[in-house]
Amino acid sequence: MIFLELMNNHFFDWEKLIDFKYFKLLKSKGEIKDLDVAFVEGAISTFKEEKKLKEIRKNSKRLVAIGSCAVDGNPSNQRNFFSDDTKKEIKMVLDNFGHRDKVSALNEIVTVDENVPGCPMEEDRFLEVLNKYLKEFKVV
Amino acid sequence: MHEDFEISIEGLSKIEGHASLDVKVRKGKVEYVKLKISQSKRFYTQAIRGKMFQSVPQLVSRICGTCSIAHLTCCTEAVEKALHVEPSSQTSLLRKLMTYGMMIRDHAMHLYLFSLPDVLGKDSVLDFDERQHELVHHAFEVKKAGNDLSKLIGGRAIHPPYAQVGNFSHLPDKNETKQVIEELKKVRSNIFELVRIFYDCPFTFRKRTRFVALTTSDFSFLEGMIKSSQGLIIPESNYWEHLHRVIIPYSQASGYEFEGKDFMVGALSRINLNREKLHKETRRDLAKYIRMFPSENIYHNNLAQAIEVMHCIDHSIEILENTDFKKENNKKIKIKEGKGVGVIEAPRGTLYYAVDLDKEGKILYGNLVIPTAQNQIKMENDIRTLVSRNLDKDKNFIQYEIEKLIRAYDPCMTCATHFLKVKWL
Repeated sequence: MIFLELMNNHFFDWEKLIDFKYFKLLKSKGEIKDLDVAFVEGAISTFKEEKKLKEIRKNSKRLVAIGSCAVDGNPSNQRNFFSDDTKKEIKMVLDNFGHRDKVSALNEIVTVDENVPGCPMEEDRFLEVLNKYLKEFKVV
Repeated sequence: MHEDFEISIEGLSKIEGHASLDVKVRKGKVEYVKLKISQSKRFYTQAIRGKMFQSVPQLVSRICGTCSIAHLTCCTEAVEKALHVEPSSQTSLLRKLMTYGMMIRDHAMHLYLFSLPDVLGKDSVLDFDERQHELVHHAFEVKKAGNDLSKLIGGRAIHPPYAQVGNFSHLPDKNETKQVIEELKKVRSNIFELVRIFYDCPFTFRKRTRFVALTTSDFSFLEGMIKSSQGLIIPESNYWEHLHRVIIPYSQASGYEFEGKDFMVGALSRINLNREKLHKETRRDLAKYIRMFPSENIYHNNLAQAIEVMHCIDHSIEILENTDFKKENNKKIKIKEGKGVGVIEAPRGTLYYAVDLDKEGKILYGNLVIPTAQNQIKMENDIRTLVSRNLDKDKNFIQYEIEKLIRAYDPCMTCATHFLKVKWL
Protein backbone atom coordinates (compact mmCIF):
# COMPACT_ATOMS: atom_id res chain seq x y z
CA MET A 1 0.00 0.00 0.00
CA ILE A 2 2.80 2.39 0.85
CA PHE A 3 4.34 1.52 -2.48
CA LEU A 4 1.14 2.71 -4.19
CA GLU A 5 1.29 5.88 -2.08
CA LEU A 6 4.93 6.44 -3.01
CA MET A 7 3.79 6.23 -6.61
CA ASN A 8 1.86 9.47 -6.04
CA ASN A 9 5.20 11.24 -6.30
CA HIS A 10 7.36 8.77 -8.21
CA PHE A 11 5.17 6.94 -10.73
CA PHE A 12 6.32 8.84 -13.77
CA ASP A 13 10.02 8.31 -12.96
CA TRP A 14 9.63 4.66 -12.13
CA GLU A 15 7.51 3.97 -15.15
CA LYS A 16 10.55 4.84 -17.29
CA LEU A 17 13.08 2.96 -15.17
CA ILE A 18 11.31 -0.14 -13.92
CA ASP A 19 9.82 -3.02 -15.85
CA PHE A 20 7.17 -4.39 -13.47
CA LYS A 21 7.21 -8.11 -14.22
CA TYR A 22 4.70 -9.27 -11.63
CA PHE A 23 2.38 -6.88 -9.83
CA LYS A 24 -1.03 -8.44 -9.07
CA LEU A 25 -2.39 -5.23 -7.57
CA LEU A 26 -1.97 -3.41 -10.89
CA LYS A 27 -1.88 -6.05 -13.64
CA SER A 28 -3.27 -9.52 -14.28
CA LYS A 29 -0.54 -10.76 -16.60
CA GLY A 30 2.95 -11.43 -15.43
CA GLU A 31 5.29 -14.14 -14.26
CA ILE A 32 7.95 -14.52 -11.65
CA LYS A 33 10.95 -15.31 -13.80
CA ASP A 34 14.45 -13.83 -14.18
CA LEU A 35 13.75 -10.92 -11.88
CA ASP A 36 16.51 -8.54 -10.93
CA VAL A 37 14.86 -7.52 -7.67
CA ALA A 38 11.82 -8.94 -5.89
CA PHE A 39 10.09 -6.86 -3.21
CA VAL A 40 8.12 -9.16 -0.93
CA GLU A 41 5.65 -8.08 1.73
CA GLY A 42 3.86 -10.15 4.38
CA ALA A 43 4.85 -12.98 6.69
CA ILE A 44 4.73 -16.66 5.75
CA SER A 45 1.85 -18.61 7.29
CA THR A 46 0.94 -21.40 4.85
CA PHE A 47 2.96 -24.08 3.04
CA LYS A 48 1.75 -22.58 -0.23
CA GLU A 49 3.19 -19.19 0.70
CA GLU A 50 6.45 -20.85 1.71
CA LYS A 51 6.66 -22.57 -1.67
CA LYS A 52 5.93 -19.35 -3.51
CA LEU A 53 8.56 -17.46 -1.53
CA LYS A 54 11.17 -20.08 -2.43
CA GLU A 55 10.12 -19.83 -6.06
CA ILE A 56 10.52 -16.05 -5.94
CA ARG A 57 13.95 -16.44 -4.36
CA LYS A 58 15.05 -18.89 -7.07
CA ASN A 59 13.98 -16.47 -9.78
CA SER A 60 15.36 -13.24 -8.35
CA LYS A 61 18.89 -11.91 -8.15
CA ARG A 62 17.98 -9.81 -5.10
CA LEU A 63 15.17 -10.18 -2.60
CA VAL A 64 13.97 -7.36 -0.38
CA ALA A 65 11.64 -7.82 2.61
CA ILE A 66 9.31 -4.82 2.88
CA GLY A 67 7.24 -3.99 5.95
CA SER A 68 7.29 -5.30 9.47
CA CYS A 69 5.44 -8.59 8.68
CA ALA A 70 8.05 -9.60 6.10
CA VAL A 71 11.04 -8.35 8.10
CA ASP A 72 10.30 -9.83 11.52
CA GLY A 73 6.86 -11.46 11.22
CA ASN A 74 5.07 -9.03 13.49
CA PRO A 75 2.07 -8.57 13.83
CA SER A 76 1.00 -11.39 11.46
CA ASN A 77 2.82 -13.86 13.70
CA GLN A 78 0.55 -13.18 16.66
CA ARG A 79 -0.65 -16.76 16.71
CA ASN A 80 2.88 -17.97 17.52
CA PHE A 81 2.42 -16.46 20.96
CA PHE A 82 -1.11 -17.69 21.72
CA SER A 83 -1.78 -19.77 24.83
CA ASP A 84 -2.28 -23.50 24.37
CA ASP A 85 -6.05 -23.07 24.75
CA THR A 86 -6.22 -20.43 22.02
CA LYS A 87 -3.96 -22.52 19.81
CA LYS A 88 -6.39 -25.40 20.21
CA GLU A 89 -9.26 -23.07 19.27
CA ILE A 90 -7.67 -22.17 15.92
CA LYS A 91 -6.10 -25.55 15.13
CA MET A 92 -8.89 -26.79 12.86
CA VAL A 93 -8.55 -23.78 10.58
CA LEU A 94 -4.80 -24.04 10.46
CA ASP A 95 -5.06 -27.68 9.41
CA ASN A 96 -7.90 -27.09 6.97
CA PHE A 97 -6.13 -24.35 5.01
CA GLY A 98 -2.60 -25.74 5.06
CA HIS A 99 -1.01 -23.45 7.59
CA ARG A 100 2.44 -24.07 9.01
CA ASP A 101 3.02 -24.58 12.74
CA LYS A 102 4.28 -21.05 13.05
CA VAL A 103 4.27 -17.81 11.10
CA SER A 104 7.75 -16.89 9.91
CA ALA A 105 9.55 -13.80 8.74
CA LEU A 106 11.05 -14.17 5.25
CA ASN A 107 14.63 -14.55 6.46
CA GLU A 108 13.71 -17.66 8.43
CA ILE A 109 13.00 -19.38 5.11
CA VAL A 110 15.16 -17.77 2.42
CA THR A 111 18.13 -15.42 2.19
CA VAL A 112 16.99 -11.81 2.33
CA ASP A 113 19.31 -9.24 0.80
CA GLU A 114 17.79 -6.05 2.22
CA ASN A 115 15.15 -5.16 4.79
CA VAL A 116 12.75 -2.21 4.83
CA PRO A 117 11.20 -2.35 8.32
CA GLY A 118 8.24 -0.44 9.76
CA CYS A 119 4.46 -0.67 9.77
CA PRO A 120 3.83 0.91 7.38
CA MET A 121 7.30 0.46 5.88
CA GLU A 122 9.75 3.37 6.18
CA GLU A 123 9.49 5.31 2.95
CA ASP A 124 13.00 6.77 3.00
CA ARG A 125 14.58 3.40 3.61
CA PHE A 126 12.59 1.91 0.75
CA LEU A 127 13.73 4.64 -1.63
CA GLU A 128 17.32 4.14 -0.47
CA VAL A 129 17.17 0.39 -1.25
CA LEU A 130 15.42 0.94 -4.58
CA ASN A 131 17.97 3.53 -5.68
CA LYS A 132 20.82 1.28 -4.62
CA TYR A 133 19.52 -1.48 -6.88
CA LEU A 134 18.78 0.87 -9.75
CA LYS A 135 22.48 1.70 -9.65
CA GLU A 136 23.64 -1.86 -9.10
CA PHE A 137 21.70 -3.06 -12.14
CA LYS A 138 22.92 -0.04 -14.12
CA VAL A 139 19.47 1.36 -14.75
CA VAL A 140 20.67 4.80 -13.65
CA MET B 1 -23.89 -23.31 -26.24
CA HIS B 2 -21.32 -24.93 -23.95
CA GLU B 3 -22.74 -27.84 -22.06
CA ASP B 4 -19.75 -28.65 -19.87
CA PHE B 5 -16.88 -26.41 -18.88
CA GLU B 6 -14.87 -25.18 -15.95
CA ILE B 7 -13.32 -21.84 -15.16
CA SER B 8 -10.53 -21.56 -12.66
CA ILE B 9 -8.90 -18.23 -11.89
CA GLU B 10 -5.89 -18.51 -9.61
CA GLY B 11 -4.94 -15.17 -8.10
CA LEU B 12 -7.54 -12.57 -9.09
CA SER B 13 -5.80 -9.33 -9.98
CA LYS B 14 -6.44 -5.64 -9.26
CA ILE B 15 -8.19 -6.26 -5.99
CA GLU B 16 -6.84 -5.84 -2.50
CA GLY B 17 -5.56 -9.20 -1.22
CA HIS B 18 -5.63 -12.78 -2.47
CA ALA B 19 -8.55 -14.75 -3.84
CA SER B 20 -9.24 -17.36 -6.49
CA LEU B 21 -12.36 -18.66 -8.15
CA ASP B 22 -13.71 -21.98 -9.41
CA VAL B 23 -16.79 -22.33 -11.58
CA LYS B 24 -18.16 -25.65 -12.80
CA VAL B 25 -20.85 -25.99 -15.48
CA ARG B 26 -22.43 -29.34 -16.32
CA LYS B 27 -25.17 -29.99 -18.88
CA GLY B 28 -25.68 -26.29 -19.40
CA LYS B 29 -26.21 -25.63 -15.68
CA VAL B 30 -23.92 -23.91 -13.21
CA GLU B 31 -23.06 -26.64 -10.71
CA TYR B 32 -21.05 -24.44 -8.38
CA VAL B 33 -19.29 -21.12 -7.97
CA LYS B 34 -16.60 -21.05 -5.32
CA LEU B 35 -15.05 -17.71 -4.50
CA LYS B 36 -12.10 -18.77 -2.40
CA ILE B 37 -10.59 -16.07 -0.28
CA SER B 38 -7.09 -17.38 0.12
CA GLN B 39 -5.50 -14.60 2.11
CA SER B 40 -4.11 -16.16 5.28
CA LYS B 41 -5.94 -15.69 8.51
CA ARG B 42 -4.17 -13.67 11.15
CA PHE B 43 -6.53 -14.27 14.09
CA TYR B 44 -6.89 -10.69 15.32
CA THR B 45 -10.02 -11.59 17.28
CA GLN B 46 -7.95 -13.92 19.42
CA ALA B 47 -4.89 -11.66 19.46
CA ILE B 48 -6.66 -8.65 20.99
CA ARG B 49 -7.90 -10.61 24.02
CA GLY B 50 -6.23 -9.48 27.21
CA LYS B 51 -4.78 -6.32 25.61
CA MET B 52 -5.42 -2.88 27.14
CA PHE B 53 -8.18 -0.85 25.48
CA GLN B 54 -5.85 2.02 24.45
CA SER B 55 -3.60 -0.20 22.37
CA VAL B 56 -6.22 -2.20 20.50
CA PRO B 57 -7.41 0.37 17.90
CA GLN B 58 -3.82 0.84 16.67
CA LEU B 59 -3.32 -2.93 16.57
CA VAL B 60 -6.48 -3.68 14.53
CA SER B 61 -5.49 -0.85 12.19
CA ARG B 62 -2.91 -3.37 10.92
CA ILE B 63 -5.67 -5.65 9.62
CA CYS B 64 -5.62 -3.63 6.41
CA GLY B 65 -3.17 -1.37 4.64
CA THR B 66 -5.64 0.54 2.53
CA CYS B 67 -8.47 1.15 5.00
CA SER B 68 -6.52 1.13 8.26
CA ILE B 69 -8.27 4.38 9.23
CA ALA B 70 -11.65 2.61 9.08
CA HIS B 71 -10.55 -0.17 11.45
CA LEU B 72 -8.88 2.30 13.78
CA THR B 73 -11.89 4.64 13.88
CA CYS B 74 -14.53 1.92 14.23
CA CYS B 75 -12.67 0.08 17.00
CA THR B 76 -12.07 3.41 18.80
CA GLU B 77 -15.81 4.05 18.68
CA ALA B 78 -16.57 0.60 20.13
CA VAL B 79 -14.07 1.13 22.97
CA GLU B 80 -15.47 4.62 23.70
CA LYS B 81 -19.02 3.26 23.82
CA ALA B 82 -17.88 0.54 26.24
CA LEU B 83 -16.30 3.18 28.52
CA HIS B 84 -19.06 5.79 28.00
CA VAL B 85 -16.55 8.28 26.60
CA GLU B 86 -18.24 10.95 24.48
CA PRO B 87 -15.81 12.53 22.00
CA SER B 88 -15.98 16.33 21.69
CA SER B 89 -17.56 17.87 18.61
CA GLN B 90 -14.06 18.92 17.51
CA THR B 91 -12.82 15.31 17.78
CA SER B 92 -15.83 14.17 15.73
CA LEU B 93 -15.00 16.71 13.03
CA LEU B 94 -11.37 15.59 12.95
CA ARG B 95 -12.49 11.96 12.60
CA LYS B 96 -14.75 12.91 9.71
CA LEU B 97 -11.86 14.66 7.97
CA MET B 98 -9.47 11.76 8.51
CA THR B 99 -12.12 9.38 7.15
CA TYR B 100 -12.72 11.62 4.13
CA GLY B 101 -8.99 11.53 3.40
CA MET B 102 -9.09 7.73 3.44
CA MET B 103 -12.19 7.61 1.21
CA ILE B 104 -10.65 9.93 -1.37
CA ARG B 105 -7.40 7.95 -1.47
CA ASP B 106 -9.00 4.50 -1.36
CA HIS B 107 -11.76 5.17 -3.90
CA ALA B 108 -9.22 6.85 -6.21
CA MET B 109 -7.01 3.76 -6.00
CA HIS B 110 -9.91 1.49 -6.89
CA LEU B 111 -11.39 3.67 -9.62
CA TYR B 112 -8.27 4.85 -11.42
CA LEU B 113 -5.89 1.95 -10.85
CA PHE B 114 -8.13 -1.14 -10.60
CA SER B 115 -11.35 -0.38 -12.55
CA LEU B 116 -10.34 2.17 -15.16
CA PRO B 117 -8.19 -0.34 -17.12
CA ASP B 118 -11.39 -2.42 -17.62
CA VAL B 119 -13.24 0.63 -18.94
CA LEU B 120 -10.40 1.57 -21.29
CA GLY B 121 -9.81 -2.01 -22.45
CA LYS B 122 -6.32 -2.28 -20.99
CA ASP B 123 -4.86 -4.83 -18.62
CA SER B 124 -3.11 -2.29 -16.46
CA VAL B 125 -2.61 1.37 -15.76
CA LEU B 126 1.00 0.58 -16.69
CA ASP B 127 -0.17 -0.02 -20.27
CA PHE B 128 -2.02 3.27 -20.78
CA ASP B 129 -1.19 5.12 -23.97
CA GLU B 130 -0.19 8.77 -24.31
CA ARG B 131 -3.74 10.06 -24.45
CA GLN B 132 -4.78 8.08 -21.37
CA HIS B 133 -1.73 9.25 -19.48
CA GLU B 134 -3.49 12.36 -18.28
CA LEU B 135 -5.81 10.14 -16.26
CA VAL B 136 -2.79 8.57 -14.60
CA HIS B 137 -1.72 12.07 -13.55
CA HIS B 138 -5.21 12.63 -12.20
CA ALA B 139 -5.07 9.33 -10.34
CA PHE B 140 -1.96 10.18 -8.40
CA GLU B 141 -3.00 13.79 -7.77
CA VAL B 142 -6.32 12.71 -6.28
CA LYS B 143 -4.75 9.90 -4.27
CA LYS B 144 -2.14 12.31 -2.96
CA ALA B 145 -4.75 14.87 -1.93
CA GLY B 146 -6.57 12.22 0.11
CA ASN B 147 -3.30 11.02 1.54
CA ASP B 148 -2.31 14.56 2.56
CA LEU B 149 -5.70 15.22 4.18
CA SER B 150 -5.43 12.10 6.38
CA LYS B 151 -1.82 12.99 7.15
CA LEU B 152 -2.79 16.52 8.19
CA ILE B 153 -5.27 15.13 10.72
CA GLY B 154 -3.78 11.80 11.76
CA GLY B 155 -0.05 12.34 11.20
CA ARG B 156 0.10 9.61 8.56
CA ALA B 157 -2.32 8.29 5.94
CA ILE B 158 -1.82 4.65 6.90
CA HIS B 159 -1.95 3.66 10.58
CA PRO B 160 -2.23 7.34 11.65
CA PRO B 161 -0.48 7.78 15.01
CA TYR B 162 -2.36 10.89 16.29
CA ALA B 163 -5.74 9.13 16.52
CA GLN B 164 -6.50 7.68 19.94
CA VAL B 165 -9.35 6.76 22.29
CA GLY B 166 -11.02 10.03 23.39
CA ASN B 167 -9.38 12.50 21.03
CA PHE B 168 -6.37 13.33 18.84
CA SER B 169 -2.88 13.84 20.28
CA HIS B 170 -2.07 16.64 17.78
CA LEU B 171 -4.06 19.35 16.04
CA PRO B 172 -3.73 20.17 12.34
CA ASP B 173 -1.05 22.74 11.51
CA LYS B 174 -2.53 25.98 10.15
CA ASN B 175 -0.16 26.36 7.20
CA GLU B 176 -0.51 22.76 6.18
CA THR B 177 -4.29 23.15 6.44
CA LYS B 178 -4.15 25.95 3.86
CA GLN B 179 -2.07 23.79 1.54
CA VAL B 180 -4.46 20.86 1.85
CA ILE B 181 -7.46 23.10 1.10
CA GLU B 182 -5.68 24.34 -2.05
CA GLU B 183 -4.82 20.79 -3.06
CA LEU B 184 -8.42 19.61 -2.59
CA LYS B 185 -9.73 22.52 -4.64
CA LYS B 186 -7.25 21.75 -7.37
CA VAL B 187 -8.10 18.05 -7.71
CA ARG B 188 -11.84 18.73 -7.54
CA SER B 189 -11.83 19.46 -11.27
CA ASN B 190 -10.40 15.96 -11.96
CA ILE B 191 -13.44 14.36 -10.38
CA PHE B 192 -15.84 15.66 -13.05
CA GLU B 193 -14.06 13.59 -15.65
CA LEU B 194 -13.90 10.58 -13.36
CA VAL B 195 -17.64 10.73 -12.73
CA ARG B 196 -18.31 11.15 -16.45
CA ILE B 197 -16.20 8.10 -17.34
CA PHE B 198 -18.12 5.81 -14.99
CA TYR B 199 -21.43 7.37 -16.03
CA ASP B 200 -20.70 6.71 -19.70
CA CYS B 201 -19.33 3.23 -19.02
CA PRO B 202 -21.69 0.74 -20.69
CA PHE B 203 -20.99 -2.18 -18.29
CA THR B 204 -24.25 -3.50 -16.89
CA PHE B 205 -25.14 -6.23 -14.46
CA ARG B 206 -28.59 -5.82 -12.98
CA LYS B 207 -30.19 -8.04 -10.40
CA ARG B 208 -32.70 -7.57 -7.59
CA THR B 209 -30.50 -6.59 -4.64
CA ARG B 210 -30.95 -5.87 -0.93
CA PHE B 211 -28.86 -2.84 -0.03
CA VAL B 212 -27.72 -2.06 3.51
CA ALA B 213 -25.79 0.99 4.75
CA LEU B 214 -25.19 3.15 7.78
CA THR B 215 -26.92 6.40 6.88
CA THR B 216 -25.60 9.62 8.39
CA SER B 217 -27.18 13.08 8.50
CA ASP B 218 -24.24 14.70 6.66
CA PHE B 219 -23.02 11.68 4.69
CA SER B 220 -19.92 11.53 6.89
CA PHE B 221 -19.77 7.72 7.26
CA LEU B 222 -19.48 7.67 11.07
CA GLU B 223 -22.68 8.06 13.14
CA GLY B 224 -26.27 7.28 12.26
CA MET B 225 -28.82 4.56 11.70
CA ILE B 226 -28.44 1.44 9.59
CA LYS B 227 -31.02 1.28 6.83
CA SER B 228 -31.94 -1.39 4.31
CA SER B 229 -33.61 -1.02 0.93
CA GLN B 230 -36.43 -3.13 2.40
CA GLY B 231 -37.20 -0.28 4.78
CA LEU B 232 -35.61 -1.55 7.99
CA ILE B 233 -34.07 1.03 10.31
CA ILE B 234 -31.70 -0.39 12.91
CA PRO B 235 -29.59 1.29 15.61
CA GLU B 236 -25.85 0.55 15.34
CA SER B 237 -25.81 -1.50 18.52
CA ASN B 238 -28.37 -3.98 17.13
CA TYR B 239 -26.78 -4.64 13.75
CA TRP B 240 -25.34 -8.02 14.76
CA GLU B 241 -28.83 -9.35 15.54
CA HIS B 242 -29.78 -8.98 11.87
CA LEU B 243 -26.70 -10.74 10.53
CA HIS B 244 -26.28 -14.44 10.07
CA ARG B 245 -22.78 -15.83 9.72
CA VAL B 246 -22.36 -18.51 7.08
CA ILE B 247 -19.41 -20.85 7.12
CA ILE B 248 -17.90 -21.24 3.66
CA PRO B 249 -15.68 -24.31 3.88
CA TYR B 250 -13.40 -23.43 0.97
CA SER B 251 -12.89 -19.78 1.93
CA GLN B 252 -10.71 -18.40 4.68
CA ALA B 253 -13.39 -15.77 5.35
CA SER B 254 -16.93 -16.27 6.68
CA GLY B 255 -19.86 -14.97 4.66
CA TYR B 256 -22.87 -13.11 6.05
CA GLU B 257 -26.58 -12.88 5.32
CA PHE B 258 -28.79 -9.99 6.34
CA GLU B 259 -32.21 -11.11 7.54
CA GLY B 260 -31.39 -14.53 6.10
CA LYS B 261 -30.74 -13.29 2.55
CA ASP B 262 -27.72 -12.20 0.52
CA PHE B 263 -27.17 -8.43 0.43
CA MET B 264 -24.77 -5.72 -0.60
CA VAL B 265 -22.89 -3.06 1.34
CA GLY B 266 -20.66 -0.31 -0.08
CA ALA B 267 -20.83 2.93 -2.03
CA LEU B 268 -23.77 1.80 -4.19
CA SER B 269 -25.81 1.02 -1.05
CA ARG B 270 -24.89 4.37 0.52
CA ILE B 271 -25.82 6.41 -2.53
CA ASN B 272 -29.00 4.39 -3.08
CA LEU B 273 -30.13 4.87 0.51
CA ASN B 274 -28.78 8.27 1.52
CA ARG B 275 -27.90 10.37 -1.55
CA GLU B 276 -30.06 13.32 -0.44
CA LYS B 277 -27.55 13.88 2.39
CA LEU B 278 -24.59 14.44 0.07
CA HIS B 279 -22.93 17.85 0.33
CA LYS B 280 -24.95 20.60 -1.34
CA GLU B 281 -22.17 21.52 -3.77
CA THR B 282 -21.83 17.89 -4.81
CA ARG B 283 -25.60 17.65 -5.29
CA ARG B 284 -25.61 20.84 -7.34
CA ASP B 285 -22.66 19.99 -9.58
CA LEU B 286 -23.36 16.29 -10.06
CA ALA B 287 -27.18 16.39 -10.16
CA LYS B 288 -27.34 14.69 -13.55
CA TYR B 289 -25.28 11.73 -12.34
CA ILE B 290 -26.95 11.42 -8.94
CA ARG B 291 -30.28 11.05 -10.76
CA MET B 292 -29.06 7.61 -11.94
CA PHE B 293 -29.81 6.35 -8.41
CA PRO B 294 -31.35 4.27 -6.95
CA SER B 295 -29.72 1.73 -9.21
CA GLU B 296 -29.43 -2.04 -9.19
CA ASN B 297 -26.61 -2.05 -11.72
CA ILE B 298 -23.64 -3.37 -9.72
CA TYR B 299 -21.23 -1.41 -11.97
CA HIS B 300 -22.80 1.77 -10.64
CA ASN B 301 -20.85 1.00 -7.48
CA ASN B 302 -17.98 2.67 -9.35
CA LEU B 303 -20.07 5.73 -10.23
CA ALA B 304 -21.25 5.91 -6.61
CA GLN B 305 -17.63 5.86 -5.42
CA ALA B 306 -16.72 8.69 -7.79
CA ILE B 307 -19.64 10.78 -6.48
CA GLU B 308 -18.51 10.06 -2.93
CA VAL B 309 -15.01 11.33 -3.73
CA MET B 310 -16.57 14.66 -4.73
CA HIS B 311 -18.64 14.77 -1.55
CA CYS B 312 -15.56 14.06 0.60
CA ILE B 313 -13.69 16.88 -1.10
CA ASP B 314 -16.57 19.36 -0.77
CA HIS B 315 -17.34 18.63 2.87
CA SER B 316 -13.65 18.61 3.83
CA ILE B 317 -13.09 22.02 2.25
CA GLU B 318 -16.10 23.39 4.12
CA ILE B 319 -14.97 22.01 7.48
CA LEU B 320 -11.34 23.07 7.05
CA GLU B 321 -12.26 26.60 5.94
CA ASN B 322 -14.73 27.18 8.75
CA THR B 323 -13.18 25.55 11.80
CA ASP B 324 -10.60 26.96 14.18
CA PHE B 325 -9.21 23.86 15.88
CA LYS B 326 -8.24 24.57 19.49
CA LYS B 327 -6.38 22.59 22.09
CA GLU B 328 -8.85 20.81 24.35
CA ASN B 329 -8.33 19.28 27.77
CA ASN B 330 -7.71 15.56 27.71
CA LYS B 331 -10.78 13.47 28.40
CA LYS B 332 -10.68 11.81 31.77
CA ILE B 333 -11.32 8.17 31.04
CA LYS B 334 -12.73 6.11 33.88
CA ILE B 335 -11.83 2.48 33.39
CA LYS B 336 -14.70 0.10 33.99
CA GLU B 337 -16.34 -3.05 32.75
CA GLY B 338 -18.54 -2.61 29.72
CA LYS B 339 -19.64 -3.59 26.26
CA GLY B 340 -19.45 -1.33 23.23
CA VAL B 341 -20.41 -1.48 19.59
CA GLY B 342 -19.00 0.72 16.85
CA VAL B 343 -20.41 0.82 13.33
CA ILE B 344 -19.05 3.02 10.55
CA GLU B 345 -19.02 3.00 6.77
CA ALA B 346 -15.59 1.88 5.56
CA PRO B 347 -14.78 2.52 1.88
CA ARG B 348 -16.18 -0.92 0.95
CA GLY B 349 -19.23 -0.79 3.23
CA THR B 350 -20.56 -1.25 6.73
CA LEU B 351 -17.93 -2.15 9.31
CA TYR B 352 -18.93 -3.51 12.73
CA TYR B 353 -16.84 -3.79 15.87
CA ALA B 354 -17.96 -5.09 19.26
CA VAL B 355 -15.71 -5.19 22.32
CA ASP B 356 -16.21 -6.32 25.90
CA LEU B 357 -13.87 -4.83 28.49
CA ASP B 358 -13.12 -6.23 31.94
CA LYS B 359 -12.82 -4.00 35.01
CA GLU B 360 -9.12 -3.35 34.32
CA GLY B 361 -9.86 -2.13 30.79
CA LYS B 362 -8.57 -5.26 29.08
CA ILE B 363 -10.37 -6.82 26.13
CA LEU B 364 -12.35 -9.89 27.17
CA TYR B 365 -13.93 -10.44 23.78
CA GLY B 366 -13.88 -8.78 20.41
CA ASN B 367 -15.92 -9.35 17.28
CA LEU B 368 -15.80 -7.65 13.92
CA VAL B 369 -17.69 -7.92 10.66
CA ILE B 370 -16.00 -6.78 7.47
CA PRO B 371 -17.75 -5.35 4.37
CA THR B 372 -16.26 -7.88 1.96
CA ALA B 373 -17.44 -10.76 4.18
CA GLN B 374 -20.97 -9.30 3.99
CA ASN B 375 -20.78 -9.10 0.20
CA GLN B 376 -19.21 -12.50 -0.29
CA ILE B 377 -22.40 -14.58 -0.69
CA LYS B 378 -23.97 -12.01 -3.00
CA MET B 379 -20.82 -11.91 -5.12
CA GLU B 380 -20.95 -15.69 -5.54
CA ASN B 381 -24.66 -15.61 -6.39
CA ASP B 382 -24.09 -12.81 -8.90
CA ILE B 383 -21.27 -14.73 -10.57
CA ARG B 384 -23.61 -17.72 -10.84
CA THR B 385 -26.26 -15.54 -12.50
CA LEU B 386 -23.67 -13.94 -14.78
CA VAL B 387 -22.40 -17.33 -15.96
CA SER B 388 -25.97 -18.64 -16.48
CA ARG B 389 -26.83 -15.61 -18.58
CA ASN B 390 -23.75 -16.04 -20.80
CA LEU B 391 -23.56 -19.78 -21.40
CA ASP B 392 -23.62 -19.20 -25.16
CA LYS B 393 -20.48 -17.05 -25.02
CA ASP B 394 -16.81 -17.85 -25.26
CA LYS B 395 -15.15 -19.06 -22.03
CA ASN B 396 -12.55 -16.29 -22.05
CA PHE B 397 -15.31 -13.74 -22.39
CA ILE B 398 -17.15 -15.21 -19.39
CA GLN B 399 -13.95 -15.29 -17.35
CA TYR B 400 -13.19 -11.65 -18.06
CA GLU B 401 -16.78 -10.63 -17.27
CA ILE B 402 -16.50 -12.43 -13.92
CA GLU B 403 -13.26 -10.66 -13.04
CA LYS B 404 -14.74 -7.29 -14.02
CA LEU B 405 -17.82 -7.88 -11.88
CA ILE B 406 -15.74 -8.91 -8.86
CA ARG B 407 -13.65 -5.76 -9.26
CA ALA B 408 -16.79 -3.62 -9.38
CA TYR B 409 -17.54 -4.85 -5.86
CA ASP B 410 -14.11 -3.55 -4.81
CA PRO B 411 -13.51 -6.49 -2.46
CA CYS B 412 -10.75 -6.49 0.13
CA MET B 413 -9.54 -10.00 0.91
CA THR B 414 -7.01 -8.76 3.42
CA CYS B 415 -9.80 -7.39 5.60
CA ALA B 416 -12.02 -10.40 5.13
CA THR B 417 -9.60 -12.85 6.69
CA HIS B 418 -8.55 -11.04 9.82
CA PHE B 419 -10.23 -13.35 12.25
CA LEU B 420 -12.09 -16.48 12.81
CA LYS B 421 -14.85 -17.83 14.88
CA VAL B 422 -15.76 -21.11 13.31
CA LYS B 423 -17.02 -24.38 14.62
CA TRP B 424 -16.23 -27.17 12.17
CA LEU B 425 -18.72 -29.98 12.37
